[in-house]
Amino acid sequence: MARIFAYITHRAGIIDDSAAELLTAANKIDPAAPPTAIVTGCGAELDSVCASLCASYAEVWKISDESLAYPNAELIRKALVEVLPPGSIVLAAHEHFGIDLAPGLSIKLGAVFASDLLEIERTEGSLLKVVRQEFGGQVSAHVQCDISSGAVLTIRPGAFKALTTSPANGQVVDKSAEVGTLTAGRRYLETVVAETGDIDITKHNILVSIGRGIQERDNVAIAQDLADALGAAVSCSRPVVDAKWLEKSRQVGSSGKAVKPKVYLACGISGAFQHLAGLKGNPFIIAINKNPKAPIFQVADVGIVDDLLELLPELTNKIHEMRKVAA
Amino acid sequence: MEILVCVKRVPGTSENEIEFNPEGNDIERDELLYGVNEPDNYAVEEALQITARVGGEVTVVTVGGEDDEEVLRREMAMGASHGVLLTDHAFSGSDVRGIAAILQAFVRKGKYDLVLTGVQADDGGAQVGGMLAAMLDYPFACLVNSIEVLDGRKLRISREVEGGNREVSEIELPCVLSIQTGINEPRYVGMRGIRAVGSVPIPTYGAAELALDPNTVGHTAAKVKRMDYFLPALGKGAEMLHGSREEIVARVADLIAAKGGLR
Repeated sequence: MARIFAYITHRAGIIDDSAAELLTAANKIDPAAPPTAIVTGCGAELDSVCASLCASYAEVWKISDESLAYPNAELIRKALVEVLPPGSIVLAAHEHFGIDLAPGLSIKLGAVFASDLLEIERTEGSLLKVVRQEFGGQVSAHVQCDISSGAVLTIRPGAFKALTTSPANGQVVDKSAEVGTLTAGRRYLETVVAETGDIDITKHNILVSIGRGIQERDNVAIAQDLADALGAAVSCSRPVVDAKWLEKSRQVGSSGKAVKPKVYLACGISGAFQHLAGLKGNPFIIAINKNPKAPIFQVADVGIVDDLLELLPELTNKIHEMRKVAA
Repeated sequence: MEILVCVKRVPGTSENEIEFNPEGNDIERDELLYGVNEPDNYAVEEALQITARVGGEVTVVTVGGEDDEEVLRREMAMGASHGVLLTDHAFSGSDVRGIAAILQAFVRKGKYDLVLTGVQADDGGAQVGGMLAAMLDYPFACLVNSIEVLDGRKLRISREVEGGNREVSEIELPCVLSIQTGINEPRYVGMRGIRAVGSVPIPTYGAAELALDPNTVGHTAAKVKRMDYFLPALGKGAEMLHGSREEIVARVADLIAAKGGLR
């Protein structure tokens, strides 16, 4: 069996949560072969990252270079191609960096590529059987990959639970000298931090959240009426922002805001994993969707198959009624 | 600027219930309405806006069969000057790498400054653009949510990263970019627009014209194969509320009050 590597991202000297999840994934490919962590960066930050990784990984390869201070996928791909042995299996998290790096890396390594894996079922010889999702998470698929010339696999964040492992007392191996001068056609300039909008959805106990099912701009008012009645805020999923019906600052998800309400009303939201990644603190989720197979029903506490455009106004009236009775 | 946009025809499934075929190896596609992969419209719109500013033409290309012409025409109705269909029996059963290899062969035949793809398609992989760029040795960026053309064959782009932050970079041309949804507002296309381009010829290229070894693409070369489809495990699953709408509304109102409190 080929050697397994986990590419670990980090920020300000802190390793990403995916480090533990990649360890679990590697273990499912081959429990007998402890994976090697690979990290890139420079300076004291990188050293502290290596030190933390030694607690869970038996071996940590570090590639230190000033050009790698900011994670540029093209530079890192070139560095990895120089140090990885032929036939390696490389794991990375399926997020904005991983999807920038992994497809091109698979080509340069001559390795097979499978992305956004939810499960690794078994390895038989050079055949790896994995689970992916298609059609916005509505269906799962078993996919077979021939990993005889290596593999690059991206792992869905949160899909592989971190295992409690015994301390690894790992060794750091400095691979920096094996990497020559790195150049890329893409040069990082700056990061522009997202604006906070008029309403801060991260500070609300109840969110009335709308998705594609709201259908048109004018219908946003239906959700706002309910939110007003509840003393809640209106948040949304990606398609609503793409259509410019609400500001980006209202978007819940991995590329939007992370929220931690007590109650989350998911109205016409299918439940893509990028959206669910923004829901923290285990809120009580009430999902309303016309499609009984919408993935949101897998994670919701309570589900209703109905037309939200008809249901929400009635719910708004009901809330007003309850308030009158209470007063 | 000459821009190539890679598009894909996909079944519309966001509003429909998906059923499996009796063999379990595919979904029932007969009842589904096919159309262009929605994220691809953002890529085409962006290409059209760039050429409107700096000149040049937009070409749309897809890999598939006769049925796929309709999505090319739709994007031509948006304003793309040319549509090209890459089609050959040898292409069928290609995995994503095979599709990227076919597109790569076509890119090499032309003189494109910029190649765009949508952020992802129905298989949710977000794979083709990055593979294509590596095959061509072009720079690549994914999740691109703004493009500005600079002097000296360069672009200033931003990528959407965690929390909605924007990672700003300069990138050299030619390059491949995968375009995030929301970067623009794709223009509306009506039936009249599609009819207007209905008779524009769409050239086709097969393995021979692309100088592709048929053994490097298609089913035999595929190292990634879907074996079957199944319904995702339901997790704990939601408690589904049934009854009249009035009953459901009362129950939901009580749950909100109990779990979140009414202020």
